[in-house]
Amino acid sequence: MLKKNYYLMSDGILKRKENTLYFHNKDGKKPIPISKMYSIYSYGSLSFSSQAVHLLAKEGVPIHFFNYYGFYDGSFYPRETLLSGDLLIKQAENYLDHEKRIIIAGKFVEGAAHNMQKVLSYYKIENGIGEILNDLDSCREITEFMNVEGRIRAHYYEKMDLILPDGYKMEGRSRRPPENMINALMSFGNSLIYSTVLTEIYNTQLNPTISYLHEPSERRYSLALDLSEIFKPILVDRLIFYLINKKMLQEKDFERDLNYCLLNDQGRKKFIKEYDERLKKTIKHRKLNRKVSYRRLIRLEAYKLIKHLIGSEEYKPFVMWW
Amino acid sequence: MFSDSEKELRIIGTQINYYFICKTKLWLFSHHIQMEQESELVSLGKTLHQDSYKRDKRDQTIDNLISFDFIRKGDVLEIHEVKKSKKMSKAHHYQLLYYLYYLKNKKGIENAIGIIDYPKLRRRETLKLDERNQQEIHNITKRIGNMLKEEMPAPSRRPACRRCAYYEFCFV
Repeated sequence: MLKKNYYLMSDGILKRKENTLYFHNKDGKKPIPISKMYSIYSYGSLSFSSQAVHLLAKEGVPIHFFNYYGFYDGSFYPRETLLSGDLLIKQAENYLDHEKRIIIAGKFVEGAAHNMQKVLSYYKIENGIGEILNDLDSCREITEFMNVEGRIRAHYYEKMDLILPDGYKMEGRSRRPPENMINALMSFGNSLIYSTVLTEIYNTQLNPTISYLHEPSERRYSLALDLSEIFKPILVDRLIFYLINKKMLQEKDFERDLNYCLLNDQGRKKFIKEYDERLKKTIKHRKLNRKVSYRRLIRLEAYKLIKHLIGSEEYKPFVMWW
Repeated sequence: MFSDSEKELRIIGTQINYYFICKTKLWLFSHHIQMEQESELVSLGKTLHQDSYKRDKRDQTIDNLISFDFIRKGDVLEIHEVKKSKKMSKAHHYQLLYYLYYLKNKKGIENAIGIIDYPKLRRRETLKLDERNQQEIHNITKRIGNMLKEEMPAPSRRPACRRCAYYEFCFV
């Protein structure tokens, strides 16, 4: 049985009646079958009862909260049920041992870069990502890895503008607030993927606060930031090109002010709908020889990391092979 | 039968079961890297467990370690284990023999038999602890103890892997 993500776009109340959750809003009430729920993304203002929380905790369903502007605020992360003391020790050990940490950190940069290359080569755009990536070999400190990563991104964003039509150029990354439409989409998409990755981590024995490329103190669940790097080009950037080039998202889907640009309600709905479609889309996995969804690919990445940490197989980041 | 060092070794029935099914699974499960929560087969098993033998006293746990599906007391103590199919019958046998072994050596209960119920097949099998399998169980617990101190055994692909909850973990 495939569990679903629920995206609550309107204001409302989450209530429990027996073992079913109901979402009450101005249009009435809608049941959300708990056993079919994977995680909830809440964009409106949401009220909920502690009874609802008890049920979500029991079933291990996280809720991710986004603010008025669509930025990630935080999550209701239910009590961990999958705990492995042995793995936690290994996770910490791989962080504390500098040599071990930089191996993993480098893999995240490498995986992200290769996926960016795949995105660009799909649009037949020559790029110099490979050359910048060579500098990874001489990196010894995390700051150096971050520096290479930053240069790759800057180069990638420059090339991205070749894919986008006039009026929709990115012209460099701007955050909080995003200054134009593409930046708005990227911020919105990145906070979505962060939550998606966090849900996957929740469903493994990994501890989400111990990370390798990002500093564990950076944000509460920094391991989700690490793993997100690999999937941003695949799930967010490609989606942005798709939505813009097919004219599915247009000026009217954005809200503009002097110094910022954000998706409006209607734009968000479109984006999320297509995003969710992508998560559900399946590919035939080469190694497993079975179909897996994009969402599942994230879980598999977590499994690969666990295998690396317990010393059973070296981690190789996921790179699109098509 | 239990020496001092073995007292430390706390083995549960599932581990004995997994010993016969797959050493990688045993290792991961024992290190609490568990995957069963998402397996449909496992939830089927749970449902079967919940729906069968409702009149009996069920889910008895002793020493926080050994958990029987249900027990019946008569002239002898019957330890029951409910299983879905006979596919892994060797693993089922040893799981139950281990319970009898534990009862005998830790609790001094000798007058017990083990019964494996296959409600879907309308079959049951009765097991007794004898000298030979007692020794076998003893050796198995020792081997499990040693194995868990080592690195994870590399997975090897077998037909049963296809339906295993660890499949993706092992072969990705």
